[in-house]
Amino acid sequence: MTPAFAVFLIVGTIAVASSILVISMRNPVHSALFLLLTFLCVAVLFVMKGAEFVGAVQVLVYAGGIMVLFLFVVMLINVRHLPDEKVLSNFWKGGFAVGLGVFILFVAVVRPGVYHDEQLDKSRLTSVKERIWTESHKNPGTYTYRRVHRTNANSEAVGMALYTDYLVPFEVASLFLLVAMIGAIVIGKRELSATEEETAQQFILERVETEKEVKEAMSA
Amino acid sequence: MSLNDLIFLLPEIILATGASLLLIAPVTGLRDSISAKWAMIALLIITAGSLLACSWAVPGMEQTAGFARMFALDAFSIFFKLLFLFVVAIVVLLSDDFLRESRYSTWEYYSLLGFALCGMMFMASGVHLATIYIGLELLSLSSYILAGYYKNEQKSTEAAMKYFVLGAVSSAILLYGISLIYGVCGTLNLLDIARALSTVVSNDALMFGVILLACGLCFKIAAAPFHVWTPDVYEGAPTPITAFLSTGSKAAAFAIFVRIFYVALPGFHLDWSMVLATVAALSMIVGNLAAITQESVKRLLAYSSIAHAGYVLMGIVAMNVMGLRGVLVYSFVYVFANLGIWSIVLMMKRHEYAGEKVSDFEGLHSRSPFWAFSMFVFLLSLGGIPPTAGFIGKYFLFYAAVQAGFGWLAIIAVLMSAVSMFYYLRIVVAMYLRDGKEADVTASGALKFVAAVCVVATIVFGVVPNDLIDQVSSSAKGLHNKGAVTRNATR
Amino acid sequence: MTTSFVPVLLLLIVAVGLGVVFLSLNWVIGRHQRTPSKLAPYESGVPLLDTNRKRVNVRFYQIAMLFILFDIEAAFLYPWAVIYRRATYGNAGMFLFGEMLLFIVLLAVGYAYVWKKKAFDWK
Repeated sequence: MTPAFAVFLIVGTIAVASSILVISMRNPVHSALFLLLTFLCVAVLFVMKGAEFVGAVQVLVYAGGIMVLFLFVVMLINVRHLPDEKVLSNFWKGGFAVGLGVFILFVAVVRPGVYHDEQLDKSRLTSVKERIWTESHKNPGTYTYRRVHRTNANSEAVGMALYTDYLVPFEVASLFLLVAMIGAIVIGKRELSATEEETAQQFILERVETEKEVKEAMSA
Repeated sequence: MSLNDLIFLLPEIILATGASLLLIAPVTGLRDSISAKWAMIALLIITAGSLLACSWAVPGMEQTAGFARMFALDAFSIFFKLLFLFVVAIVVLLSDDFLRESRYSTWEYYSLLGFALCGMMFMASGVHLATIYIGLELLSLSSYILAGYYKNEQKSTEAAMKYFVLGAVSSAILLYGISLIYGVCGTLNLLDIARALSTVVSNDALMFGVILLACGLCFKIAAAPFHVWTPDVYEGAPTPITAFLSTGSKAAAFAIFVRIFYVALPGFHLDWSMVLATVAALSMIVGNLAAITQESVKRLLAYSSIAHAGYVLMGIVAMNVMGLRGVLVYSFVYVFANLGIWSIVLMMKRHEYAGEKVSDFEGLHSRSPFWAFSMFVFLLSLGGIPPTAGFIGKYFLFYAAVQAGFGWLAIIAVLMSAVSMFYYLRIVVAMYLRDGKEADVTASGALKFVAAVCVVATIVFGVVPNDLIDQVSSSAKGLHNKGAVTRNATR
Repeated sequence: MTTSFVPVLLLLIVAVGLGVVFLSLNWVIGRHQRTPSKLAPYESGVPLLDTNRKRVNVRFYQIAMLFILFDIEAAFLYPWAVIYRRATYGNAGMFLFGEMLLFIVLLAVGYAYVWKKKAFDWK
């Protein structure tokens, strides 16, 4: 067993276990923390497959950004776990059967031999051709461009693909982000009606009031 | 790749720039000097003009695919893009009253419509699964927001929520299918996929990928096992947006459905055709039977649109020239009939959700005979009765299915068309034979214009369909030749 | 190539190990007094003002959503920066610069919109 495989086994086990814990924890904050652990383990798996950029994005965007969103949702809807709440919903048998079926299907199709040349992909993913300005071999003293093959350059390989071949989808992605921004504002920002404005201010006043009371109680 | 390829993208660039400008127009103080509606219409006209100009300026562009073979401006995509532009222009006209009555901001609304249109245009032109996917997502995200535009109305928020959650799951399924296809073929370009598959005999990862891809697409066109979101979303969304979802967004999904299956996967037709044929049959049966009992016109039309997705799927299942033409003709005539119906529904409505029951149509004939007649024509067209354009579309699709050896599917389709006449006629009976209520029809100029255009188009294309068929044949030719080439390569 | 990540792995092990060591030392050496003030959540030495189970303003969520969108934009900048540094030949540099400019301008439009909509205003 190579060290890499050992790391894979450990990290993979943690990833699977923590993702099961995400859905089985009663406290949503605990679920969110296990989700964070899952994200980090998946990031490690990406790195082990040579997709360092995706691993970094996993940490930056998912573990950094999406987690914040999850925690805000938890705080926003203020879920309390009720003592008589069932852990499993009534549909768990159906859900479990579907999940198992999909899992078997995935296992059946994710196997070596059905995919095209993996080695080609790997080299495409981790190396770039580069032109460097260097002294010529044939006649020393003159300088020319020479093509070199540099490995271990996943971010560059991704960049090369993304900013040349995938130019159109990349720019459309920025439109997509723009629309997401509009959506966040249009859906999230309520034009408050007059009565609601009043209650909002009332709420702030009440809050200030309670804070004052608490402070007084403390100093007393 | 060169910057000269930018000319292929000119209409999209213009549209995206215009939509962005619409978004920040209130910032620049333009808000008061021009109305958002006319700015949007002008933008659509300029985009259509640039589209026609660059289709005319670039000769032989059927063969060209710009930007690292991501994006093609062929006759097929131009046909669909013009259709989308028309749909959005009509939706803008339909939206006018809705936006004036409600206090919601108009500029964002039109800007979102512009971005949705942009996504649709990328879908029509995409010859690479990455472009197609991102275009689809742009359209979907804009649609989610637009479906929830009645923020203070619970139904609309519910619609947006359901649409978003289910849409996100279906996108994930679609993406997983795409990733499996990439795993097998090592490319996402449709022609390259066809080429890579010519050496593949049978591969279960590929089949799984294709089925997941088909599931994702079937969700977008609201075909039967993936249709549950449709009635709720169509009912809850603002009516102009429902019109947009049931025509434009659907036609765009048909465009990518056709392109992916005709160009990339013809070699595996035997494998996927039975799956899609089942989905088609199920859509026709479920949609038409469920529509019978509906009281809300919006829900009724939602179920009928599920059934129509089934009819169009027949054209994709058939995988022949007739089928391809059928999909194009049907998308075209369906747009007119459907937009017409929505304009009449909007005329009936007085508050945000009123005027949407079948009983609200009672006595429409005695109040305004012309609009009752228009509604009658649109319903006939949806039912596929001869003097209207709907018949031409159905004729192509049914004929294609028979020709391809899917006789049983055609029989189901004919039977279900007969069933569909039952509930279409229910509205007709309400309009002509029942006593009217005293409430009046309030039709603005824009609604009248839309209904009139649609009724004229529905009758004209039904009586003299030759021009339409010629146009469609030449639009479909490029795609089918490509399909034929790859198919020959497979053998 | 994965071997270059061995230092990162070591760092992780050290970090997790330190945490485990400190917590267990705490457990072994420390005294266990279960007074109410010991069991209360630690809030920088200040007594609790209020319950922590309180609904927060929806504004936080909106800001978080905008944060993620700009976070994703920043993620796109990383590979761009890596190849832009090396794009020295021809007009590749200008090309890359132009496309990233377009990307950022489109998001700047969104930023202007968000700003104008007073999403950052916190009354």
